[in-house]
Amino acid sequence: MDIIKSATAGTMESSDAYVEIEPGNGKNEISVESVVWMQFGEKIRTAVEEVLNELEVENAKVRVVDRGALECVIRARVETAVLRGKGEK
Amino acid sequence: MNKLVTTIKEAVELSGLKNGMTVSFHHHLRNGDYVLNMVMEEIARLGIKDLTVNASSLFDVHLPLIEHIKNGVVTNVSADYISGGLGRHFSCGVMENPVSFRTHGGRPSDIISGKTPIDVAFIAAPSCDPMGNCSGKYGKSACGSLGYAMVDAMHAKKVVVITDNLVKYPLADWSISETNVDYVVSVEEIGDPKGIVSGTTKITRDPVGLVMASMAAKTIEASGLLKDGFSFQTGAGGASLAAAKFLKEIMLEKNIRGSFGLGGITGYMVDMLNAGCFEKLLDVQCFDLSAVESIKNNPNHMEISAQHYASPTAKSAVVDSLDVVILGATEIDTDFNVNVHTDSNGYIMGGSGGHSDTAAGAKLSMIIAPMFRARLPIITDRVNCISTPGKDIDVLVTQGGIAVNPKNSELKERLVLSGLPVISIEELKEKTERITGKPEKIKKGDRVVAEVVGRNGEILDEIYSVC
Repeated sequence: MDIIKSATAGTMESSDAYVEIEPGNGKNEISVESVVWMQFGEKIRTAVEEVLNELEVENAKVRVVDRGALECVIRARVETAVLRGKGEK
Repeated sequence: MNKLVTTIKEAVELSGLKNGMTVSFHHHLRNGDYVLNMVMEEIARLGIKDLTVNASSLFDVHLPLIEHIKNGVVTNVSADYISGGLGRHFSCGVMENPVSFRTHGGRPSDIISGKTPIDVAFIAAPSCDPMGNCSGKYGKSACGSLGYAMVDAMHAKKVVVITDNLVKYPLADWSISETNVDYVVSVEEIGDPKGIVSGTTKITRDPVGLVMASMAAKTIEASGLLKDGFSFQTGAGGASLAAAKFLKEIMLEKNIRGSFGLGGITGYMVDMLNAGCFEKLLDVQCFDLSAVESIKNNPNHMEISAQHYASPTAKSAVVDSLDVVILGATEIDTDFNVNVHTDSNGYIMGGSGGHSDTAAGAKLSMIIAPMFRARLPIITDRVNCISTPGKDIDVLVTQGGIAVNPKNSELKERLVLSGLPVISIEELKEKTERITGKPEKIKKGDRVVAEVVGRNGEILDEIYSVC
């Protein structure tokens, strides 16, 4: 799936995550900031990678600012950002 | 005889304060307090060094203290509670010596026994007469009870009262009497009323908080303790207050008349007093305006000292007669040890206050907490810091079930018979981790930045650096 424009999903509220996506420079680049980095940092990164793989996104910059969201929330926010970035309504 | 001096500087000089001594402060003005900063600034200007600050609690308003630590004016700190903004500096190792945390009962006990003597106590008084009779009930900076300051005033070698409402002699309704006071200083303002008392402490509207609060009230009802003569303390947290509201409804419906409400007092406890749920309130600190008004006007709303509240070495303290206390936790482990000192990343952001004292004294000590906060499970294998030992905790109430400490099998039976959702703490931990995932353990730093002194003087735990 091609990301053709920048898009966002989610909020900065506690227990939510804010996701920004934009077209990449040839591959996926993921950055994660999290209030629970020490406890869940790796799990969050893996979840983001998995969602991108499932949606066949191969060339995007993704920035996740996690405010302590459950994994299902992070996955949903990333998926929404991807679908918005590919131009779907 | 003249005790009135014109400046804080003069009072500090007259008190004979020297390098290496101990000064004390109390926290009734909470995050609105100006007195600690004003006094420490004068002390620093006078070039006095190497002091111990013994404060009943420290708040973010006291951030200038960090400069005094960096400059060597203050080299030791002892407190019952340190709020997060200030705590972060201690966690990052700003002070060479570890902070000494005590409980609200342990602090007066150690002051009275001479274990932690005070050279000069500085009392922030919303009203005072020229001879030092003072009260927290009157004046533009009224804070209600002066319970924590009473012990400092009675046992410090020198006592300086600082007020912004100097009244004619005698101020008859005193909390601290002139017999203990050496000097009185009148200043423009001792604090910011907005930081001293909250307008109203609010009940939670969070549905999870309300579910927990309702279960907490039902747990108390099922415990067998809720009958005439019932006594109760609750924290000022949103869910704890909501539990008090549900409890009030049950008490009114069943026409139960309790004996006393205890603690830091909020408007909700005042409402319970006025509705006839309790005969008395025993108050060591007022949290909001409604509590300040009540302690001033209602003779059944009594001021008590920190010693009378919770000291383990007093011949008896009110906590020894307490039936039920509702308390919070940042973490609780499968042995029911509770952490209220550090956040999930290990930074200092609180302290025991009266947590351990009431947990030890109450017949039923209840922790109320959500299964997780911002993805972090509340239940761990071992808390990052033991603030209150698990032996003193009876039950944990969460939205996912009620876990009873196995030491209290009678309570468990009662709750099961009442149809409440009882679950083992291990199962509750697993249930939570199925939702959140299992967190990695945080890494501790290599320096001890604080030690937690239990109410009986034992070292309960050490807090390590984070940065």
